[in-house]
Amino acid sequence: MTAMLEMRGVSKSFAGVQALRDVSFTVEAGQIHALVGENGAGKSTLMKVLSGVYPAGSYDGSIVFDGEERRFRDINDSEALGIIIIHQELALIPLMSIAENIFLSHPPSRFGVIDRNAVHRRTAELLAQVGLREPPDTLITDLGVGKQQLVEIAKALSKRVRLLILDEPTASLNEADSAALLERLLAFREQGIASILISHKLNEVARVADRITVLRDGRTVDSIDCRTERIEEDRIIRSMVDRDLAHRFPERKAEIGEPVMTVENWSVYHPLHTERQVIKNVDFTLRRGEVVGIAGLMGAGRTEFAMSLFGCAWGTNVSGKVRLDGREADLSSVPAAIDAGIAYVTEDRKQLGLILAADVRKNVTVASLRQVSERGVIDDVAELKAASDYRTRMRIRCSDVYQATGDLSGGNQQKVVLSKWLMTDPRVLLLDEPTRGIDVGAKYEIYSIINELAEAGRGVVVISSEMPELLGICDRICVMNDGAFVGEFAAHDATQEKIMRAIMRNVRMSGRGADERAARAGGGAP
Amino acid sequence: MTDKTVSLPEVPGHSGFIKNNLRNYGMLLSLLAIMLFFEIVTDGTLLQPLNLTNLVLQNSYIVIMALGMLLVIVTGHIDLSVGSVAGFVGAVAAVLMVRYHVSYPIAFVACLLVGAAIGAAQGYWVAYFGIPSFIVTLAGMLVFKGLALAVLQGQSVGPFPPTFQKLSSGFIPELFPSAGTLYPTSLAIGIVLAFVLVLATARSRAREQAHGIAVEPYAFFVVKSIALAGAVLYFTYLIASHRGLPNVLVIMTVLIALYGFVTRRTVIGRQIYAVGGNAKAAKLSGVKTERLTFFTFVNMGVLAALAGLVFAARLNTATPKAGLGFELDVIAACFIGGASAYGGVGRVGGAVVGAMIMGVMNNGMSILGIGIDYQQVIKGLVLLGAVCIDVYNQRR
Repeated sequence: MTAMLEMRGVSKSFAGVQALRDVSFTVEAGQIHALVGENGAGKSTLMKVLSGVYPAGSYDGSIVFDGEERRFRDINDSEALGIIIIHQELALIPLMSIAENIFLSHPPSRFGVIDRNAVHRRTAELLAQVGLREPPDTLITDLGVGKQQLVEIAKALSKRVRLLILDEPTASLNEADSAALLERLLAFREQGIASILISHKLNEVARVADRITVLRDGRTVDSIDCRTERIEEDRIIRSMVDRDLAHRFPERKAEIGEPVMTVENWSVYHPLHTERQVIKNVDFTLRRGEVVGIAGLMGAGRTEFAMSLFGCAWGTNVSGKVRLDGREADLSSVPAAIDAGIAYVTEDRKQLGLILAADVRKNVTVASLRQVSERGVIDDVAELKAASDYRTRMRIRCSDVYQATGDLSGGNQQKVVLSKWLMTDPRVLLLDEPTRGIDVGAKYEIYSIINELAEAGRGVVVISSEMPELLGICDRICVMNDGAFVGEFAAHDATQEKIMRAIMRNVRMSGRGADERAARAGGGAP
Repeated sequence: MTDKTVSLPEVPGHSGFIKNNLRNYGMLLSLLAIMLFFEIVTDGTLLQPLNLTNLVLQNSYIVIMALGMLLVIVTGHIDLSVGSVAGFVGAVAAVLMVRYHVSYPIAFVACLLVGAAIGAAQGYWVAYFGIPSFIVTLAGMLVFKGLALAVLQGQSVGPFPPTFQKLSSGFIPELFPSAGTLYPTSLAIGIVLAFVLVLATARSRAREQAHGIAVEPYAFFVVKSIALAGAVLYFTYLIASHRGLPNVLVIMTVLIALYGFVTRRTVIGRQIYAVGGNAKAAKLSGVKTERLTFFTFVNMGVLAALAGLVFAARLNTATPKAGLGFELDVIAACFIGGASAYGGVGRVGGAVVGAMIMGVMNNGMSILGIGIDYQQVIKGLVLLGAVCIDVYNQRR
């Protein structure tokens, strides 16, 4: 078979961070090529280079498609050749019909007037091809996520797709829908349409892929031809995570005391899809002076768990019991949770953590104005002193506390957020991706702060997608998948491979269950 | 932090400070320029005592509503219904006092409560139901315009009892009536006010300096204090040489001071700005965002009611057309005064200056005999220009 696509020596960096280093990647006609790797390994970046989201010239290396070197200026250029990318967040307009969405950018028309009959007819044909039995004028908002995914694929087909790129297509699908989607890919292979499948679910990958390429830290570290070699999951996992600890961590001497927070039978439902249980009756214990990490893939329910504990800031129908220092706590609202001694440092600093236009001082004191005011009147000298104290203590680099937080670097913004929560004097800190988007030096400072917090007898929970970070700073690591804890390791006992294996084992189990259920459902049908 | 220039490491010194604060004082300087312009082209009519008193009376209700509108805009919302609400409350006041002979204080309080109820009704939909304030208050605008017409049965109702008229057309009582052309009580109040203002700023500056807070350069402070005291004294002198301080000016001054204090120094004020700056982050910091939004609308309702009473008292009659288009002047005042349409930014002082710019332009152009047609064109261009300058300044 000849190569349809060849990416040669692709490198790409963002503001000094090397996202891709000399990556070569080949797809043959009619091949399903799986791309696997940890969060941040460079998979999405590579696909954005390929589809023209990052235009020619913004990266090094070359793209050869159909034997000719291509320089895509934008996504339209790649689509013209039949390279279609379907992102994890679907790009459909909810209040338009299936047909309108499919032909949004290129409706069949006569003299500029849309030919509604042709749209309807061709949509029906496309839907038949992807196996979606819905009338073309159904609104997208009335479809489930699985069917929306199929609409995206039908949209790709309408553009005469030759290479289909799917970015974690099954992440939000249930088992039956996932199986149906994979069947589609196999059918496309028969028609000569090649696919690139980005997925964390190794069982799916093993089932459909002709070749598996593993990316790690922006490099190609392994490539397996599934037709000639046996697929060894251990080998894939090892390639995914094996790396030197690139940065060091501050020395940690843990003095672990009594439980400060115990969570029992905690259950949370999705705020929009209220029948979907996102956190599935979990138990969790955190001790004084302890740093506990929560590992897991994106969408495992870690953020949802933390935010629901923080005064039901996420989810509906929250139930379960939380004891803080042995006493049952009222966590019915955010102010109640703050009063009870819980602080949540969000993963989305800019949208949820800071008031960017306001200065450092106002951001530091916004959650504890009571401390610097008397009968509702702010004592501006006391406020300034408090803010300046935190500026010194946390080594926030700013011209003064009147500087707008929007002008600070990511690391310093994060220190402002941490200051805000330290000022509330919490017993328990829930830190969600505390070092995301922060340079290595500032990361070390944040780790030191986490250590100091634990030494002061507070309980700290760290949610992170960077496993080396969890291994470097935590006393204990809990592994979450699909809304439940599926493994727990003491820090000295844990390795990246063990954690990844715990996740993959669980992913595979739920995947297998799906196949059985799908088979049963199929067999039971008349 | 003990170094005074620490806040301006790149441009130390007085010129740097003035440059950095030009934005805060830019609108004030514009107001002075506009006043100077009209003072010259109207041959001194603008600042004649009689005209100045009229200027205050004509714009009092706009200023009062601008205080409430500023809070609404800072939370990231808008209230289009204030003109209709003011007209409706004026109508209710007329019906109560003229038709049913309810006594003035009871009617007054009842009208403010009606305003609060209206604000609560609209705020409920905005804050707890998440319906865009533009739509809720657009509906309110139609509803209360119609209700005013219904309450008045299409007619003008008046005149009001003389005690009620005093709200707008009255002046504070003169304690020393024999003192010739000047009204000494008003003058004395003005002198005391100027003194208190200068003393208060000096004390707060000294206090900040004692705690190592960066303060403005001394020369700048002296110039500012002299200008402030001078402006207050000159204004009082002009007012005192006509008929003394109008009652409504006293009400206005107290309200401006109160809202200035609430927005700058209180927890609730700080939280309102936090909601407007980033509602999600504020909520996750324990701020009760819905309750605050609700409160700003209730507050707006009360102030619109007060403005409606002042306006009705001034005309001495309630007409179905009262309040027509007020919302536009009020909203324009806030935006000219530097409030951001995206929320989180805006100052009480700015809104007041914005209202005065609109007022001076209305008054000056009327004196010049410019028709109502071109007055609107010019006012519209001034609004657009002011906001353009603001956006340009923020981009820099």
